[in-house]
Amino acid sequence: MNWYSVQAIYRTEMSRMMRTVVQSIVAPVLSTSLYFVIFGAAIGSRITEIDGVSYGAFIVPGLIMLSIMTESISNSSFAIYFPKFSGTIFELLSAPVSWAEIVLGYVGAAATKSVIIGGIILGTASFFVEINVAHPAIMLLFLVLISVSFSLFGFILGVWADGWEKLTIVPILVIMPLTFLGGTFYSISMLPEFWQKLSLFNPIVYLISGFRWAFYENADVAIGLSLGMVIGFLAICLGVVWWIFKTGYRLRA
Amino acid sequence: MQPVISIRDLTKTYAGGFEALKAVSLDIDKGEIFGLLGPNGAGKTTMINIICGIVTKTSGTVTVNGHDNESGFRETRGCIGLVPQELPTETFETPYNVCRFSRGLFGKPPNPDHIEKVLRSLSLWDKKDTKIINLSGGMKRRVLIAKALSHEPDVLFLDEPTAGVDVELRQDLWRVVQSLRESGVTVILTTHYIEEAEQLADRVGVINHGEVIVVEEKNKLMRELGKKELVLHLADPIDAIPPGLDGYHLELGADGSELTYHYDTKSDHTGITALLSALHKTGIRFNDLQTSQSSLEEIFVGLVNKER
Ligand SMILES: Nc1ncnc2c1ncn2[C@@H]1O[C@H](COP(=O)(O)OP(=O)(O)OP(=O)(O)O)[C@@H](O)[C@H]1O
Ligand SMILES: [Mg+2]
Repeated sequence: MNWYSVQAIYRTEMSRMMRTVVQSIVAPVLSTSLYFVIFGAAIGSRITEIDGVSYGAFIVPGLIMLSIMTESISNSSFAIYFPKFSGTIFELLSAPVSWAEIVLGYVGAAATKSVIIGGIILGTASFFVEINVAHPAIMLLFLVLISVSFSLFGFILGVWADGWEKLTIVPILVIMPLTFLGGTFYSISMLPEFWQKLSLFNPIVYLISGFRWAFYENADVAIGLSLGMVIGFLAICLGVVWWIFKTGYRLRA
Repeated sequence: MQPVISIRDLTKTYAGGFEALKAVSLDIDKGEIFGLLGPNGAGKTTMINIICGIVTKTSGTVTVNGHDNESGFRETRGCIGLVPQELPTETFETPYNVCRFSRGLFGKPPNPDHIEKVLRSLSLWDKKDTKIINLSGGMKRRVLIAKALSHEPDVLFLDEPTAGVDVELRQDLWRVVQSLRESGVTVILTTHYIEEAEQLADRVGVINHGEVIVVEEKNKLMRELGKKELVLHLADPIDAIPPGLDGYHLELGADGSELTYHYDTKSDHTGITALLSALHKTGIRFNDLQTSQSSLEEIFVGLVNKER
């Protein structure tokens, strides 16, 4: 392991994010507050409780998931797409670094930022509702694993994309709908049976359910299954990234 | 001497099916400055990019300091610095930061003194904290060179470093290359400016249509350059060169009215006086004469055209 290389990538990526630190912090704080106003106050006054948890508190894990998924994808996809687009990637390709070091640097930085944002949202939310985390260690485990796997996914997206549209279209067309339909704002047990069954094909249901379990010990699917899904997704993304560097797919002519 | 870079039967066929390199073999000696010449699209950048790991080879082998450039990529890439031909549009980073990044990326521990030395040698020190996006094109190129030098490479590739730069940068660069040579760094330089190769290179290689067509000591090429030819336009055409002129290796022009004599301006005797008196003895008269000299450029163009 070439730690100087990993450190160089990680530090540069972190400082790039720090340059936009105001947006990075203000944006999630603002959007979380808005969600609370709209969903928590407006809808929450009608739906008082889900599975014994107040509606405002119920949506917190989903909101955190929503943000860290989109942030992870956009940060790491941009991090690798931009050098590809601008041509500075030549340096990365000609450096004595293995794929593991490159990924550790880029994905590590993107995931770090997501975890920080997750913390900020949790902090903001605690001003609005009372939140108890039943299993902090598992909550943190989910937070980190999901940040890392979606950052890996974003990395793949950034390598694959050959234009700015593709970079933005996947998060909007695929990730957003799956997240909204994945139980961010409701428990899938509230759905008619057909839609419940269909929801089980949405991988994000498992992630949100597991994460919510760490908070309130209620879940749509078994916690073990959720954890398995997260690890499975992580493994698939790792495999794809390994393959990308092995074959040079869209990186080396 | 063990070559620092050894290329054997290297081929590259791009995804579209275009064959950019056809069985190239080439050795670069340690500590030399190698000038790589060739017209646009010859395959110079392709070859460099394969050695550096940016492009994958189709077949053949490349070794750097005895390590294979794929299986031993850490060893080979670690000792190579590359200044690419294309100027990447850089970001909001500063020259100092990108140099520090490059050094770290290549696995070297931080060394601010070295980075300062490099930036000063390229007259970049007073711009070290300016955002690269606000620098001029020539300055951006200096930054690329500084990046490549910041990790102290043993081998430096300069892919057309002086294309579109002013005289000052060119001279800065030539100075940097000379001082690198003194410290034992091997430099491979591609250029379209022949005088740059003349000025800097120990050896020159010419590549065309993906094939190396000549590799030669520059001095030997320069000796070629010292050769001149004397063309005599004869008053009356002749059928054959008379026996009295045998020793001069003359060439008789197609229609028998031109005699060409090759001589070396750098030798002690050009033999012109003797030739003229010998001509007088044989009774051949001429009504005009001209001399001409081939430049490295002509040698180069001649080589490239012969290939077509
Ligand atoms: N990524 C690529 N895909 C397909 N063909 C390519 C690619 N890169 C280069 N080529 C082709 O390979 C040939 C060699 O290109 P290369 O860039 O190596 O030439 P060069 O000798 O560096 O030329 P120049 O003096 O213009 O820089 C060219 O015909 C070019 O069009
Ligand atoms: Mg080129």
